[in-house]
This record gives sequence, structure tokens and C-alpha cells, in this order.
Amino acid sequence: MSASISPQILPSEAETRLEVQPLPLDRLQQMYRTMFLIRRVEESLLQAAEEGKIGGAMHTAIGMEANAVGAAHATRPDDYVTCTYRGHHHALARGMDPGQAIAEVMGRATGFAKGKGGSMHFVDPEHGLMGANGVVAAQVPHAAGMALAAQLRGEDRVALTFFGDGALYQGVMHETFNMAAKWKLPIVFYLENNRYSEMTPIWRTSSVEALYRFPRAYGIESMQIDGNDVEVVYTAVAQAVERARAGEGPTFIEALTYRLAGHMAGDLETYRTEEEKALQRQHEPLMVLRNKLLERGARPEELEAIQAQVEEEVQAAVAFAEESPWPDIAQAYTDVFYL
Amino acid sequence: MPKWTMVQAINQALALELEQDRRVRIFGEDVGRNGGVFRVTDGLQERFGEDRVFDTPLAEAGIIGVAVGMALYGLRPVAEIQFAGFAHLAFHQVAAQAARLRYRSGGEHHVPLVIRAPFGGGVRTPELHSDSVEAFYAHAEGIKVVIPSGPYEAKGLLHAAIQDPDPVFFLEHMKLYRSLREEVPEERYTIPLMEARVVQPGNDLTAIAYGALLHTTLAAARQVEKEDGVSIEVIDLRTVHPLDEETVVASVNRTGRALVVHEDSRAASIAAEVIAVINERALYALLKPVRRVTCPDTPFPLPAVEDVIVPHQERIVRALRETLEP
Repeated sequence: MSASISPQILPSEAETRLEVQPLPLDRLQQMYRTMFLIRRVEESLLQAAEEGKIGGAMHTAIGMEANAVGAAHATRPDDYVTCTYRGHHHALARGMDPGQAIAEVMGRATGFAKGKGGSMHFVDPEHGLMGANGVVAAQVPHAAGMALAAQLRGEDRVALTFFGDGALYQGVMHETFNMAAKWKLPIVFYLENNRYSEMTPIWRTSSVEALYRFPRAYGIESMQIDGNDVEVVYTAVAQAVERARAGEGPTFIEALTYRLAGHMAGDLETYRTEEEKALQRQHEPLMVLRNKLLERGARPEELEAIQAQVEEEVQAAVAFAEESPWPDIAQAYTDVFYL
Repeated sequence: MPKWTMVQAINQALALELEQDRRVRIFGEDVGRNGGVFRVTDGLQERFGEDRVFDTPLAEAGIIGVAVGMALYGLRPVAEIQFAGFAHLAFHQVAAQAARLRYRSGGEHHVPLVIRAPFGGGVRTPELHSDSVEAFYAHAEGIKVVIPSGPYEAKGLLHAAIQDPDPVFFLEHMKLYRSLREEVPEERYTIPLMEARVVQPGNDLTAIAYGALLHTTLAAARQVEKEDGVSIEVIDLRTVHPLDEETVVASVNRTGRALVVHEDSRAASIAAEVIAVINERALYALLKPVRRVTCPDTPFPLPAVEDVIVPHQERIVRALRETLEP
């Protein structure tokens, strides 16, 4: 096996095969706002974890925001999404209230699940987020079930499921590939390849280097894209969703991205070097989008104004969460069965 | 009223649900075109179409995972696992996903899913085809485990299970599929979940059973009643989890003696739970220790000796008499 490799930053050109459509400036600015919001919410959460205000494991997606925001813009609010325990970014991208999100991670009664779900189980059916999941790949067949339900009922909703590179080695992933392909389900498989299965680089455990090739064995269309460029993500997901809605079946997108923070709060990160992170920071999604906006004529003051607004919003959300009450002990006994 | 086998009763319940509720979808391995290994879904695809009744790949985790997604979407999936022992492959999706989503989401989600699976001894199928799995799922909080004891019960309980807002594991004892016929109303009726049934009233001992062994227990009780001049109350648990504690406790408080019978192995079983409940709530009424008649803590017995090892009438009679001793 080859010795340590710094993960490649950009996809191989041969596999991209995307004509990226430039999005209008105001749309890009909206995206920038949401991406910055996600970044600041997650940084605040890490800070709170350091201060001992958050119990248990918490996984952030710092550096992976473009995947969530590009995909959210390319789907309809009534499409369905499932994702992994690294799922704050997907919930916020789809419109979850940041105060409710932070309160949930802090275990407060005002969280979206009354403090029962926590960081790993983000859920917001109103915005189509049908569940983040604590177990790798468990959420993938759920999305296929929603796609199947939509197909059986003749409704044109699409299911989009996010997972990490680690999910590709789970059996149920392959069971789902097979059903999705056989039944031509309206589903988009979105691999956020952040190069690490928890704390182990992919090359140490994977029999295959090019992960987008896995689903091709099932006859599923697949591509590899730059997951740190929100415009690329938007284009790829929009195309995949269009295919799904047209009854052309599933698409698999491997998005190369990078997790800039640890696997979970408190991760010692013994498995990678500062040099590797520094290299990846040169292509992190907020910077990519910021440069793009400035190139296309956005003024720096505009972006600063957006950031200042977001800062305020995040501060208010953190304050809301910290001032929220703890759940009543009775919550331990409710929501087991319908009563 | 027609006299039906349990296979016919379940088939008829599924047909009525398909007819009356557009949300109901039935699927699993060989259930569509073929009509299922035991013919339980015979004719349903033909009558209701492939959108309502369909075949899946041999992929238990995928089947239940997809069923969870369908339930979240608003359908009423009824998934068949070909043999209950195969459900081990789907254990995560049943116990950690279907059963937990309501709690985990703070009530945002609920999973109205029914998993049907045959199980049980007496038909000489080896190990994983015969295994009793109810205790595993009884421990997976958030799912009900139902085991009908015959055709009439099966139909009413299945209607209730399909309309229940939460997941139900519906276990069908293979030996009951065709071994008895009962009068079953053609129209839809429900038997409430989580309610045990007093099959016959009695004063001197409470015998608690479910599934196929309910009938063996009943026969043993009648033999002892006839030969020894006693009276035995027999309870069919029907829903083995959550338990109908009230019915069990009220009966034992009155009789002062109890015996629990099941085909599953002994340790950490439904019988263990029933006895714990009796100890907690009726201990001072007891005149003798509560016994259990079960399979041993081994894999399901080999076919040649199945009849001797799985609880049979003689063993139950013996245990009843020992418990009835002054």
C-alpha cells in the first residue's frame, strides 16, 4: 500500500463532465450568507463544547458547507433529505432555525427534538430534512424508501441522501444501490468524500481508490465533482434531480471535499499533518465562493455586511439556546409509542 | 361463517387492508408474483397490482430500511421477512431505526410499519428457520411484538397492527398456518394490541402462553383439570411486548400460582419478564414459586429430537402438577 498521500484537492477532469452554469450574483450572495452562517454556528458549537457546554459527541462539517448549500438550492423544499451524524450543515442549509439547532445540540427543551435527538439526529420534516443518523449508512435506505413511496404514488418528489466515504463499505449501502437501480428510483446518492472515515484515511481501508466507481457496477450513473465549489455542487445536483424527476433513475455524486475540523469535538487529529490542512485550506468553500463573488463584481463591503448580519444572528441564536430551559424529566418517558 | 386456516385469515386481512387503505403496500422476498413461501400473499399482486404488492431482492436490511422510508413518507408498509431468523440481518434497521425514530425526533416522526415473519418449530426446518426471536425485539423499545395464536386472532390483530401508528413485529407460528381452522368473520374487525386474553377462566393456577404453545398449554390444563379436579385460568398474551401486566397480575393475585410456557429459550426471555412482573406486583399472593416451561438455552433443537425438547403436553402437565402441589 502506498505511503501517506495528501488527498488530491480537485477531481480528475475526465470524471467531472459538468458544464457549470454561472448562477446570478444575488443567488450566490444568498449562498454565501448560508455558508457563512453554517460556519459560524459550527465554530460557536465547537467553542461551546470546549467550554463544557455540550455533552457527548459532536461532529462538525467545517469545510464542507458548499455541499449542503449547493444541494439545498438545487432541490425543492418538498424533496426529502437524509444525512449522516455530521449533519448540522444540511439542516441549516434547508432552513432550520439556528436557535433551535444550537438548543438541540446543547440538549435544551427548545431544540427541534426537545433535546432528545442531539447533534447526531437533526430532523426537520417541515424543511424536508427527514433525519440525520448516528449509524453510518443507516439513513441511505430510508431515502430510497421515500423515493419508492414517491414513485408508487406518482408524485414527483426526489430523495437526496448524503453519506461519507465510510458508508460505502456498509452492506446496506449496496443493498440500496441495487434496489435504487433496479426500480429506477428518483434518488440522488451524494457522497461527501472528506477523505477520512472517522479518523482513518480512506486509502488505509478501501479496496477501491476511485469511490465514484462503486455504483457503476449497479448501472448507476456517477461522477466526481469539486464539492468545495457551491456552483459546481448546485449544477451537479440540479442535473441529478432533473434526471430523477424525469424518471431516469438514480445518480451518484462523489464530491471531493475536506473536513477542516476534527472528526468530533475534542479530536486530537493525530492522523494528519498541519501541512495537509494548510494545503486544503487554500481551496476551502467559503474562500472559493468569496473569490468568485469578488471576481464577478460583488463589493467587499457587501460581503462584510452579510458577515456582520450573520454574526449577530448567530450570537442571538447561541444566547437563545443558553437561556433555554432544560427538558423536563417526563421527556424520558414520552415519544416511545403513540399515547 | 367460513372456517379458515391462519394462512387464509392473514391473506384475507391483507386483502381487506389493501382494498380499504391506499397507503398499504406489501413487499418482501417472493411475496409478489409467487405469493410467498407459505402462500400468505397468494393472489394479492394479481388482484391489486405491482404498485401495491411487490417482490424485493434478498436484502433484509435494505427491505426494512426502505420500509422505514416509506412509512416516514406516509405509506403503511407491510414488509415480510421470509423467516424470522433472517431478520437478524435487519436487526439494526428494526431495533435502532424503526423502533427509535419517534423518540429520537422528539415525536416529529412516527413509523407505522408492520414486519410479518414466520417462525417456530414443529415443521422440521433447521435452526434459523425455526428460531423464536421475540425476546430480541421485546428489548428494542419502541416496537410492539405480536404473536397470534390462531386464525381469528391473527386477522383481528393484523388489522390493528397495520393501523397502529408505531412499528409492530408480527410473528406467525408456522405450525399454526394450516393446522387448525376457525370461524373467521369476512368483514374487518380489530383485536386491540397490548391486551392479553383470558382464554378460559380458572381459580387454582394461571397458565400463561402465546402462539402455538397456547394450544398445548390449553390441552395440558384441561387434562389436569379433568384428572385432578382443579380449575386453571389460561391467558394468551397476544402482544408479548409491551406486556398486558394488568391481566396477568389480576389473575395471579386471584389464583396464587402461575406457570409460563413458551417455545423460545429460557434466559432473558418473555417468561423471565412475566415472572419479574409477577414478583414485583403479586409476590405476596404466591403460594408456590412461578415455573417456566421453555426450550433450553441452546440453538433450536435438531429435527430428530425437536418433539421431545420443545415444550409438549406431558412436560406442561408435569409442571402444572408441581406448581399445584400444596
